[in-house]
Amino acid sequence: MTATARTGARAATPATAARPPVVGPLLARVGFYVFALVVGAFFALPVLWLLTAPFDADPTLSVAVPSLTLSNFAAMFSNPYVGSSLRNSILLSLGTMLLVVTAAALCAYALSRVRIPGRDLLLYILLLFSSVVSGTAAMVPLFQLINQFGLINTHTGVMLVLAGGLLPAGIFILKDFMDSIPPSYEEFARVAGASPLQTLRDVVVPVARPGLAVVAVWTIVNVWGDFLIPFILLRSPDKAPAAVVMFNFYTEGGQANLRLISAYSFLYSIPVVVMYLFVNRRYGFRFYGGIKR
Amino acid sequence: MSAGAGPKAPQTPAGGGAGGGAGAAPASQDASDDAPAAAAGGQETAGAVVLGRGGASAFVAPALGLVGVFLIFPALWTLYLGLTNARLTGLAAAEPQFVGLSNFVRALTDPLFRNSLKVTAIFVVGSAVVGQTGLGFLLAWSLRGWRGPVRSAIEVLVILAWIIPGSVVAFLWIALLDGRSGTLNTLIPGDGGIEWLLRYPMASIIVFNTWRGAAFSMLLFGAALASLPPSHLETARLAGASAWQQLRDVILPSIRGHILTALLLISLWTFNLFTPYLLTRGGPNFQTEVLPIYIYRVAISSGQLGYGAAISAIMLAINLVVALVYLNVLKDKT
Repeated sequence: MTATARTGARAATPATAARPPVVGPLLARVGFYVFALVVGAFFALPVLWLLTAPFDADPTLSVAVPSLTLSNFAAMFSNPYVGSSLRNSILLSLGTMLLVVTAAALCAYALSRVRIPGRDLLLYILLLFSSVVSGTAAMVPLFQLINQFGLINTHTGVMLVLAGGLLPAGIFILKDFMDSIPPSYEEFARVAGASPLQTLRDVVVPVARPGLAVVAVWTIVNVWGDFLIPFILLRSPDKAPAAVVMFNFYTEGGQANLRLISAYSFLYSIPVVVMYLFVNRRYGFRFYGGIKR
Repeated sequence: MSAGAGPKAPQTPAGGGAGGGAGAAPASQDASDDAPAAAAGGQETAGAVVLGRGGASAFVAPALGLVGVFLIFPALWTLYLGLTNARLTGLAAAEPQFVGLSNFVRALTDPLFRNSLKVTAIFVVGSAVVGQTGLGFLLAWSLRGWRGPVRSAIEVLVILAWIIPGSVVAFLWIALLDGRSGTLNTLIPGDGGIEWLLRYPMASIIVFNTWRGAAFSMLLFGAALASLPPSHLETARLAGASAWQQLRDVILPSIRGHILTALLLISLWTFNLFTPYLLTRGGPNFQTEVLPIYIYRVAISSGQLGYGAAISAIMLAINLVVALVYLNVLKDKT
């Protein structure tokens, strides 16, 4: 299918700049629409199922005009893992988010305001590590480490591991924000007798709120979708987050329950789409784009 | 903490002063001054007033602690574990023995490891280099200059593929490619349904991952193309360059840095991607067993932690090389 997409585009590219002044624009227009159609179909085709099947009284694996119903959503909650997994996902996302935002804000503030020898080097090394030591490359030692700490099959273990991986980029983003805040406010607070923590909470945090929001949303989206870490660190199905339970739903033996799977996928996907729309509207998604993962 | 900040304060202006002469100026003046050097100097002074070195260390400690224990230490520990025969269960679980380089020797002679390397290389070249970077550039290039609903619709679709959770998109593709009733087979005339994931497993995960990640390079190249001065292209067009010549001689050279960035980052991410597991679990017959799945199978499923750690160490080394090349590229660019 990619092959067709590419052929379509090759037709479009020369047409865009074909120079005979009258034919050119028309050709370009047609070429562009052909390209748009092929690429649009390629990207839309897999997602269509997610929009039809959840509302279909009798969904199959293929896309079809649904015989409209909401009963799949009502029936879904009779499965005990639907409620527990969504709760677990919320808990893991919010817990990791609190860890990352708090630790990253403290660290970024200090790095931004006090000259610690080699702080830029330190930041770059941390960033380097966070991209080199991916969850996959480090799954063995992480598994062993959490095992030794006695944190296997606990949400705490998952949150700590995820926070460790996300923190460097979080610090990096927040330091940028902190650097752009003029320090004079803090001096007033200091003169008025506020402690550093009070200053941070009452003066810096309100000004840095957009940066904190970006890091918070970014952390939540990452944790919400993460599969590998909870998959290897959690044992009991009632502790598993939605990413893992979704996988269990369609790999368990027997006939896959498509009414359950479709409604569940829909519900599980909504939060990230909503957060994307939020970030896109507030900050433009280039932010979101550049720093995902 | 506030008490600690006072006495330490005088030290910092000296440090700040090293950064630039303006650091010595009173901070209250700096705040109204837009010059970057002066602002930085002002922050150093204010930091001294507000925080001090002791306070700063306390602020930095939680983050560094978490990163140290859960990111840096595991990387180093992998190297050690890879030299042992540690296992998940049994005797070697309690008392792992030092076995030197034998895990690495074993890896070199293991046909499934070599298979995995080959599979990974095909997957990265196919889906990261050609697929995501190529299609992303094509999208950015074709969409540039267009405004309106068609462009927005395509961008939304491409980004949607990128942000929906991994285990959901994996199932969407399983449904799409299903042999009996998948959407793709219902679109193809004829009654012989093709089990795409069994007949063409590697092609399937390459197309899947291209679809999944094209958004990143589309956004990156979109920004890069938008930042090119229009006069560049105008000059080339007036000189009679064809679209292809413009692309080759004007556009590609001026966004070389972006192309390298996209190639290296996307390759690194794809190399570390576990998602193919959600589609094929490495099968059929190990045909899609990329390195992350191989490590998962030998280390976590079969419990050979030592051997799995040795493979992880190899993977970390490859990651490190790619990341260092990337840093070099960044340095050359600035």
